[in-house]
Amino acid sequence: MDIRVQEAAFDAGAELNNFAARQTDAGAVVTFTGIVRDVTGGLQHMRIEHYPGMTEKALTAIAQEAATRWGLSDVLVIHRFGDLAPTEPIMMVATASPHRAASFAAADFLMDYLKSRAPFWKKEITGDSADWVAAKDADEDALNRWTDLHDNGTT
Amino acid sequence: MDVLYFAWVRERIGLPKERIETQAATVKELVAELTAREERYAVAFADVSALRVAVDQELTDFDASLDGVREVAFFPPMTGG
Repeated sequence: MDIRVQEAAFDAGAELNNFAARQTDAGAVVTFTGIVRDVTGGLQHMRIEHYPGMTEKALTAIAQEAATRWGLSDVLVIHRFGDLAPTEPIMMVATASPHRAASFAAADFLMDYLKSRAPFWKKEITGDSADWVAAKDADEDALNRWTDLHDNGTT
Repeated sequence: MDVLYFAWVRERIGLPKERIETQAATVKELVAELTAREERYAVAFADVSALRVAVDQELTDFDASLDGVREVAFFPPMTGG
């Protein structure tokens, strides 16, 4: 398991290659990369604040839960903080497992949990304003589907 | 204990962290104590349903005990990913 919280940019392609190359018993690797998106057309940068100490703990706990629940061979999580320009990668997850279903589901789960349970806060800085990004109800709903599944014993 | 603030909570209160001597037994009592202090705290804590709390770096709720706790953090719902 590889969990990184960093200000520096990263190369998602190179990270994927390294991750895939170190797998010995995985038949499937799934990755997701989140990118700074200029929704309004005026975004100068995205400022990401986090809670040093808790961030690393929360990411590790979420990754461990995913690894256990889907029997993953490996997990990678990289999440940046600081000022990021549009089109820069914000974060990525990669999951590896013997077969693809586990890697897809675990990556989806990781993203849902990262969005609402890892202590990061985004602020959009434009030429004349700076606004905190509000959490969406849909993000909480996305979390619930994993607990509902769990309670039903379907995984 | 250390009390930390993040995102707009930090901006409204005007500082990222402070050391507080308190007899508050729960997070809720600590919030009441801070709210009574000054207007800027009252503004930040006006609607606790819009806030989240972590005690010793674990997410919890406002009924959580502060017994033996070293660090409490207040912040809006998280927007990672």
